[in-house]
Amino acid sequence: MAYSFPEEVLEHVFSFLHSDRDRNAVSLVCKSWYEIDRWSRRRVFIGNCYAISPRAVIRRFPEVRSIKIKGKPHFADFNLVPDGWGGYVFPWITAMASSYPWLEEIHLKRMVVTNACLELIAKSFKNFRVLVLSTCEGFSTDGLASIAANCRNLRELDLRDSEVDDLSGHWLSHFPDSYTSLVSLNISCLGSEVSFSALERLVSRCPNLRSLSLNQAVPIDRIACLLRQAPQLIELGTGAYNAELRPDVFSSLSGAFSCLKELRSLSGFWDAVPAYIPAVYSVCSGITSLNLSYTTMQNPDLTKLVSQCPNLQQLWVLDYIEDCGLEAVAASCKDLRELRVFPSDPYEEDEFDIALTERGLVSVSEGCTNLQSVLYFCHQMSNAALISIAQNRPNLTRFRLCIIEPRSPDYLTLQPLDAGFGAIVEHCKGLRRLSLSGLLTDRVFEYIGTHAKKLEMLSVAFAGESDLGLHLVLSGCESLRKLEIRDCPFGDKALLANAEKLETMRSLWMSSCSVSFGACKLLCRRMPRLNVEVIDETSEVAESRPESFTVQKLYIYRSVAGPRLDMPDYVLSMEEESPDLIG
Amino acid sequence: MVMRPWDPTTMISCYARKQNHSRLSMAFQGDLNLEATELRLGLPGTGDHERRTPPVGVGVTKNNKRGLPELEDGHREESTRTTKTQVVGWPPVRSYRKNCLQPKKTESESGGGVYVKVSMDGVPYLRKIDLKLYKEYPQLLKDLEEMFKLKGGEYSEREGYNRSEFMPAYEDKDGDWMLVGDVPWNMFVTSCKRLRIMKGSEL
Repeated sequence: MAYSFPEEVLEHVFSFLHSDRDRNAVSLVCKSWYEIDRWSRRRVFIGNCYAISPRAVIRRFPEVRSIKIKGKPHFADFNLVPDGWGGYVFPWITAMASSYPWLEEIHLKRMVVTNACLELIAKSFKNFRVLVLSTCEGFSTDGLASIAANCRNLRELDLRDSEVDDLSGHWLSHFPDSYTSLVSLNISCLGSEVSFSALERLVSRCPNLRSLSLNQAVPIDRIACLLRQAPQLIELGTGAYNAELRPDVFSSLSGAFSCLKELRSLSGFWDAVPAYIPAVYSVCSGITSLNLSYTTMQNPDLTKLVSQCPNLQQLWVLDYIEDCGLEAVAASCKDLRELRVFPSDPYEEDEFDIALTERGLVSVSEGCTNLQSVLYFCHQMSNAALISIAQNRPNLTRFRLCIIEPRSPDYLTLQPLDAGFGAIVEHCKGLRRLSLSGLLTDRVFEYIGTHAKKLEMLSVAFAGESDLGLHLVLSGCESLRKLEIRDCPFGDKALLANAEKLETMRSLWMSSCSVSFGACKLLCRRMPRLNVEVIDETSEVAESRPESFTVQKLYIYRSVAGPRLDMPDYVLSMEEESPDLIG
Repeated sequence: MVMRPWDPTTMISCYARKQNHSRLSMAFQGDLNLEATELRLGLPGTGDHERRTPPVGVGVTKNNKRGLPELEDGHREESTRTTKTQVVGWPPVRSYRKNCLQPKKTESESGGGVYVKVSMDGVPYLRKIDLKLYKEYPQLLKDLEEMFKLKGGEYSEREGYNRSEFMPAYEDKDGDWMLVGDVPWNMFVTSCKRLRIMKGSEL
């Protein structure tokens, strides 16, 4: 086009597009827009590290500053993915080390990160600023020492939920005295004690520190002096919060908290002693996020604390909150948007140890009109309650319910919970994420396939009666990207009938279902851009497995990189198993 | 052992048994008469329907303990309640969550307080209390009354419970069920493993 805008103008316009989807759409308009987008894309999100090779990403987007990569499937969080499965980030780091010298941010989730990776990061990226390792593993505190020692411009170091080989707390002392740019530090997953004086000096010389999540090893009587050095904190994760009550410690702590005028988020509180909790009351009115899911604090102290936070938007808590506590939340926390209630003792034999039932969730759904996101573990549920919740909160976008005993029916009527979940998908038209539990027939999948048009992620366990269930979901859920299924009677028919659908999704996980080896091979042959991986930990040799053999675990994902080369011996790529077809 | 041939009603009554007491409190029990098809592991004829029937060594008396003859050696609920075979990855809770809580529980139990579970017949949940917070029986009983919203009875050292609707019992270290108040307070605190509030109508 003769009179099109100069590239710089278009680039400037594109810089206002922040979502990947928008930028992807823009890149499809014409070749010149594709090129402009390519050269100006600064952030890349790789939802599955095996969907594309590092080289391909670098080739297309040569000027990336921030990358986010995810590795293992979600069910790895619950020990369903054996060790050594994969998700190694090293190939990505090596490729980027030579091609992205100006890389500033690396965000990883469920990946294997070694000390070698961390050392390479520390050496290769001169302007490195942000390292977020979410649920990662494979590295030790020695690797952290490299980062601390070499990344002069580091702003964020966030190790959330990662499994770190914690050799000692000495790594923290590797931050040089000249280093002052820390903005966010999250070491809550580490066990060892870090040198407190090093921590204190670090905090005091970093004036931009806004987020600090300590680990359990930091005792309560030390928090006050840290807080005094950082009154500008917005997020705080305390360390252990227990000790014999000492008035001097209490008043010091209380005074320190009252100086935190900008604090919005609180977490930690391991072993919280109720007597020390009032020390935080002064900040409660400003708190928007509260994570009490590690504390053994119970009612009435627990409810009392939560009820003091009228501006609360996000609450993560254990079932110690009980129904009465949630009623109080419904009455006091009118701006609540996200609620997560975790089980204090998931394997408790006495099922009714805690007075938390469906009633708590119903109360919150009634009282909190902005509630959008729910994760709720409980022991009993009814269709009536689910229908109530659905009618109260049609604005729900995430609804994850875990009734702890598999296949539990509606406890009032003993019916399956199909109608209840059906109401959820019918009323909550914007629902993007759903996790099912309880006794469910194929009916619930009919409702989901019919109504859940915006659903992107679905988790299913111990549900359904036949292949029809899976078929209804795959054929009906237009926006589905991730599907994870365990212990359901779903098999070959539904999978093969919806083979094309699988390429429109990021991934499908099925374990303890009824899919045969033969069907996996067939699927792989039919869909060249799907990687079909069978995980089989039995000792039988692959060749001897008959077509009818039921696979233990199956992970299917779309990829333009072909089958991966780093599979352990218990992962079989169906690509290798299927003979080449002629023509 | 009475076993019924498997049929759908048996499956339902399996759930009914588990949910029994909560359903009791919902007052649906009468309509469905599920006891007729209920799967039970007990001698035929033993009639106790309460979920938390504690096992008792009938007639066994050591150290002059006054055992509770009312409680029959029927359903050994403690041992027959199927230990949940832990399904891998279920419930879907991340391991770091499980790790950080379990040790804390025992700490709280062995550290400061003496925590015991308190169950009450017909109530669908247990409570936990710290016996260390009390110095004498009347205090404890008053709290139990408040906790479970009971109309209290009168207790005296000599006569035990008079004209009360409920009777608190406790399981001691030997697994025997005793009446609360039988032994000196300090001995009670050290030997009590769990409490159960029994309805007067059973007595």
